[in-house]
Amino acid sequence: MSSVECKVVIGLEIHVQLLTKTKMFCGCALEFAGEPNSRVCPVCLGLPGSLPVMNRKAFELSVMAGLALNCKIANFTKWDRKSYYYPDLPKNYQISQYDLPFSEHGFIEIPVNSGDAKRIRITRAHLEEDAGKNVHTAGNFSQVDLNRAGTPLLEIVTEPDMNSGSEVRALAIELQRIVQYLGVSEASMQKGQMRFEPNVNLHIIKDGKEYKTPITEVKNLNSFRALEESVNYEHSRQLEEFLATGKTMEMGNKSTRGWDADRGVTVLQREKEEAHDYRYFPDPDLLPVKLTDEWIEDMRSKLCELPLQKQFRYVKEFKLSEYDAGVLTAERAVAELFEGAVEQGGEPKRVCNIISQAGLKLANEAGRSMAELNIDAEGVAAIAKMVEANEINAGAAGAILAEMTKTDKSAKAIAEELNLIQKSDASELEGLVDAVIAENPQAVDDVKSGGKKSKAARGFLMGKVMQKAKGQANPKIVSQILAKKFG
Amino acid sequence: MAQKIDIDQVRKVANLSRLDLSSEQLTEFAGQLSSILEYVEKMNELDTDGVEPLAHCLEVSNCFREDIAKESLGTDKTLSNAPEQDGQFFIVPKILDESNAS
Repeated sequence: MSSVECKVVIGLEIHVQLLTKTKMFCGCALEFAGEPNSRVCPVCLGLPGSLPVMNRKAFELSVMAGLALNCKIANFTKWDRKSYYYPDLPKNYQISQYDLPFSEHGFIEIPVNSGDAKRIRITRAHLEEDAGKNVHTAGNFSQVDLNRAGTPLLEIVTEPDMNSGSEVRALAIELQRIVQYLGVSEASMQKGQMRFEPNVNLHIIKDGKEYKTPITEVKNLNSFRALEESVNYEHSRQLEEFLATGKTMEMGNKSTRGWDADRGVTVLQREKEEAHDYRYFPDPDLLPVKLTDEWIEDMRSKLCELPLQKQFRYVKEFKLSEYDAGVLTAERAVAELFEGAVEQGGEPKRVCNIISQAGLKLANEAGRSMAELNIDAEGVAAIAKMVEANEINAGAAGAILAEMTKTDKSAKAIAEELNLIQKSDASELEGLVDAVIAENPQAVDDVKSGGKKSKAARGFLMGKVMQKAKGQANPKIVSQILAKKFG
Repeated sequence: MAQKIDIDQVRKVANLSRLDLSSEQLTEFAGQLSSILEYVEKMNELDTDGVEPLAHCLEVSNCFREDIAKESLGTDKTLSNAPEQDGQFFIVPKILDESNAS
């Protein structure tokens, strides 16, 4: 039996749709869905004589993303034509960036086990336009919808620095958080605004000799799950193939595969006999872009603290768990609500619980994001302080928060209205305790006799007091009074 | 003298452009393209050492438009020049091999 060591090596290409109102080179509106071929004009149709003009917002958003990915931003960048013929590409070329992309040589940090970060190098990020959409029919023809043609895309290419399906998934999630935080993209998977293409191969050491398997590229994945599963599948498929055939990179061509989600397998689409002959050349219809240092700095000033940094800071500064910090930093609006409430005096763990339990549940139920609920940091801080001061119990926090989404009343006013304020007045509660003791002699005996029954009986009396107080007694004080009565 | 571009190269480029050329046309275009290349080759006589590659012939840069929507053509007008359409979509021969997409 020979020894085999195997390492999977993955690089990723990611397309991210930029959050602009209009297409990249014309004023057609970008909307999801809508009547086919309704948002099309001579420019995105590629009619003769039409001229593209670059969308400033799309360019600036891309530069912000490049900066957030620690890329070097070029002072000079230009547009190239990538030629290929396909029904969804009306001009027969795609406007892209070839030899002078606007950004290169960056990195992204992704969370790996136990709070560590792994640095994945970014080869480049460039801008390009999306193609239209082919619709396959049952008949002997296909349909083409050009609404999507000309949508601004940011293409990000990483170095092959990832070594597992879960790392690839972590990178995808991290990138999604970053572009969402920066407002660079909505990055919705459902709307196809983020698409992945992993390049996968194996480095195998067999009997002390190293082999590399042929690279496969899995096309057009649009969910984190498909991304992770297809990489894991390729890992085992390539190992099996190597053990059976001994085929290595030098002997086999790079191939393209598709992901069949139903069967959970990748399917061979084509062997790449040679690199695609795209015949790139500079687009004479578009002028180059010169970026001054001032402009770059201006865009840098629009960046914010990145999600992973926030996540690590929450653990360190607020002593939250990794899990809690991850939940709070998943969306920028949630993180800002949390930080705002802490700034206003809310105890961090308490604020975290209110947001991550009650708040996200409300958002889920409403089918909205936290940002769309009518909840502000001041309100969350007020609730947290009331729980801390034992004015309300932790369960009441959720009810108050729910009410807050419907009214503009203060936390305190809502608590009073809903009768959620706990009775903490010792003398008033003592009266209730005395009454309960008088009404339940058996339980009182059980408590006094000690032993097994004592604890249960004490709980029983406690429950009776709460019942009398209609759930509004401060349990801490009631238990103190009971302790005093029985010594 | 051997031609700058031979028939196989013309066939390859025609194939990339989805053009179906007859063998007469292949020969004809190989000749034409070769003479164009010979003519353009004259530029190689220029000394371009130390000259930055030119990205664009105009000395202008940074031409942008603001991100403001304009009216599009709408489906009817968009499809009006199409050889085949169904009122909603352009109709094209059945696409069998999706993997050819970039």
